[in-house]
Amino acid sequence: MQELTSHAAIELRGIDKSFGSVHAVRGVSLRVERGSITGIVGENGAGKSTLMSILYGLYRADAGEIRVEGRPVEMTSPRDAIGQGIGMVHQHFMLVDSFTVLENLILGAEGGPLLAGGLAAARTELARLAHEYGLAIDPDARVADLSVGEQQRVEILKVLFRGARILILDEPSAVLTPQETDRLLQILRVLREGGVTVVLITHKLREILSVSDRVIVMRRGEVVAERVTSKTSAEELAELMVGRKVRFSFDKVPVRAGEPRLVARGLSLVDGRRVRVLDDISFEVRAGEIVGIAGVSGNGQTELLQVLSGIRRPTGGTLEVCGRKVDASHPADPAEMRDLGVAHVPEDRLRQGLVPAFLASETSILGYQDREPFCRNYLLDGPAVGKHCAELMERFDVRPRTPGLLSSSFSGGNQQKLILAREMAGHPRLLLVGQPTRGVDIGAIEFIRRELIASRDSGCAVLVVSVELEEILSLADRILVMSGGRIVGEVAAADADERTLGLMMTGARAA
Amino acid sequence: MSAARRPLPGWVEIGLLPLANVAMAFLLVGFIVKIIGADPLQALKLLVLGAVGSSESIGYTLYYATNFIFTGLAVAVAFHAGLFNIGGEGQAYIGGLGCGLAVLALDGILPGQLMIPAAILASAAFGAAWAAIPAWMQAWRGSHIVITTIMFNFVASALMVYMMVNVLIAPGSMTPQSRGFAASAAVPSMQAALQWVGIAVAPSALNLSLLLALLCCVGVWIFLWHTPWGYGLRTMGHNPEAALYAGTNLKRMTMLAMCLSGALAGGVAVNELLGVHHRLVLDFAAGYGFTGIAVALMGRGHPLGIVLAALLFGALQQGGAELAFEVPAITREMVVVIQGLVILFSGALVHLPRPWLQALFARKG
Repeated sequence: MQELTSHAAIELRGIDKSFGSVHAVRGVSLRVERGSITGIVGENGAGKSTLMSILYGLYRADAGEIRVEGRPVEMTSPRDAIGQGIGMVHQHFMLVDSFTVLENLILGAEGGPLLAGGLAAARTELARLAHEYGLAIDPDARVADLSVGEQQRVEILKVLFRGARILILDEPSAVLTPQETDRLLQILRVLREGGVTVVLITHKLREILSVSDRVIVMRRGEVVAERVTSKTSAEELAELMVGRKVRFSFDKVPVRAGEPRLVARGLSLVDGRRVRVLDDISFEVRAGEIVGIAGVSGNGQTELLQVLSGIRRPTGGTLEVCGRKVDASHPADPAEMRDLGVAHVPEDRLRQGLVPAFLASETSILGYQDREPFCRNYLLDGPAVGKHCAELMERFDVRPRTPGLLSSSFSGGNQQKLILAREMAGHPRLLLVGQPTRGVDIGAIEFIRRELIASRDSGCAVLVVSVELEEILSLADRILVMSGGRIVGEVAAADADERTLGLMMTGARAA
Repeated sequence: MSAARRPLPGWVEIGLLPLANVAMAFLLVGFIVKIIGADPLQALKLLVLGAVGSSESIGYTLYYATNFIFTGLAVAVAFHAGLFNIGGEGQAYIGGLGCGLAVLALDGILPGQLMIPAAILASAAFGAAWAAIPAWMQAWRGSHIVITTIMFNFVASALMVYMMVNVLIAPGSMTPQSRGFAASAAVPSMQAALQWVGIAVAPSALNLSLLLALLCCVGVWIFLWHTPWGYGLRTMGHNPEAALYAGTNLKRMTMLAMCLSGALAGGVAVNELLGVHHRLVLDFAAGYGFTGIAVALMGRGHPLGIVLAALLFGALQQGGAELAFEVPAITREMVVVIQGLVILFSGALVHLPRPWLQALFARKG
């Protein structure tokens, strides 16, 4: 094929990558046009992150060619990528919290043994970038004092400061409120006008549809479709990603709330640094309803779940769980909570919900290891545990159905299904769920949400904490909004939309 | 790059990799032996023959291995709980104090069938108690267990010197050792036991404590992988937050893991005092606690691996002693260097040959 006269910013040809027996990327070829915003969407494990890591020099492709601005290049490390003008903004920020914006900016590009010169040069350059792209930020502010959205702006500035003309963003909106996300998308549009090429990796179709010029859909390591954004829809993209039709909204039977299973009154928690992370929280969850807690991550939801599940004891207020009173002087540990009929799907499944180095069968009894039939005569009954795990896998469609496989070898969605299966197996009276579908692929999202609704319909009290508003809206019967450790608003799901919730989340008090 | 991420087949991981580590250590040892003017091949031959050349030398190798199994298991149990117990040395030593106190107090009263179990329990209990103090400080006060267990080795050493010199010394004795234990408190030697079933072997320090050590291996295996407490302990070791989530009381689990660890280290006292010295002496635990760390690392924390690693270190200890005896140029210190290199290559540099093995098996696979 003859070279086109105008080169693409990035061109990948026949990129192939395997990890052991896993063929992560299969002969991917794609073009990213200069000065455009290209979205890459796909389920977890579709290979999009691997592909971008290859482009950024973190992995080396087994086969294939990378061309930047028409020139074939070898990427052996991120240093090469930066040299080629490619920068990456990671999902988790790589900033030093106690440094100022300016100090973070020159990290790794100090420009000499003394900092003064580099800092002065960086200050001038930062002013230019801020002016050119509208990325205003105080260069002397400490990163720790910035909001999450501002920290992300620092990350973007850092990349631009290194001279990047091609920007890769990996799930950039995962930690942002809807308003902050809108601001980010606005910044991306300005960058595009300034000639910067943007590659946006995300699973949020709304963002892709609102900002990108073209969308590339990946599935199982291959590019399965390429669309001009203006000529596609969320439904079509979702179908392409999963390979079949997907439903996002569920027809729920009207709520039939029964007796209260969880009653919190004036609950508060002061942490080791004397910060009041939970402040006067009162609410209840009744049998047969789903209560959703919305809020930007880090506003006390994590601590609330910890208190409700018995991991931390409250410092003030009372809690009534399935009839048992819990407060600072009558704490209940997680084992007691479980005995009361509380099941807990934790927010961070890799750190709490399972042990990556354990077998799936071992993970399937975490928290229930000293119960019948897993434990008999003080010994674990291996076959019984294996059988239990196999049943859970069958019922919750966990793939592969191999109880003897390490928990870490399952995809995020399948890990989550296994944890959910474990927690729902005992028919809990109260189910606490943190981020039910974080990092979970679309097919599994549908499944997990359906199961949560089924458990509500069977009379379980369900509390869902999520930073995904769309999730809260599609699941919950009532929605509580948390901000700064307080509950700042309650709305019935029928009266809620993303905008009003978003405003409450940012602290603007609503009724 | 792709090879670096490829996992090795199981038998290579467990079998070949440690062998490659040991081989590399021996290669370096060969160079050093050459430099000091001895013949490396001759030295190797002497080392091997010294370790396994006769039924006597095999006996001594197994006797050393018994100590290493106890301390290796002790380190491994704590390690599975995410605790680095450097104090096996002191726990074994204080275990000996318990053993000695029990025997000195009771050997006039109890018959052998009761005396020996009582002494074993006393060793374990004192070892556990010595580990319990750092465990308590870690669990409730946040003092790091690595620091405290190291310091407790020194405290144990000083305490034992005081006890031996001022309290437990045999009346009229010039050396700091207790009176001899009564015959009822002696663990039978392997030679005697084998003779009883009609097998003749040369006498050595090997005694039936080896069977206790192997029993402990089975016990640790069952505990760690087949009981809910072992499950909770390993969960804590991998991921304390997950253990907390699962309802495990981390403080109590820390105590349990360390007490078990200390009790296992106390097994050294059984082998040494009840099996060999038949009295309480100074410094009987010297070095076994520390080498136990290498044994546990090399054995990958698994009882079977620990037995194999203990055999290797037992053979090094015994063969090394023979070697130092036979070749004047190679001193006892030299033997310590050899051990040190094996520990270095199978501990700190354990992953050194991995890329080569990976390249080898990547091509084949």
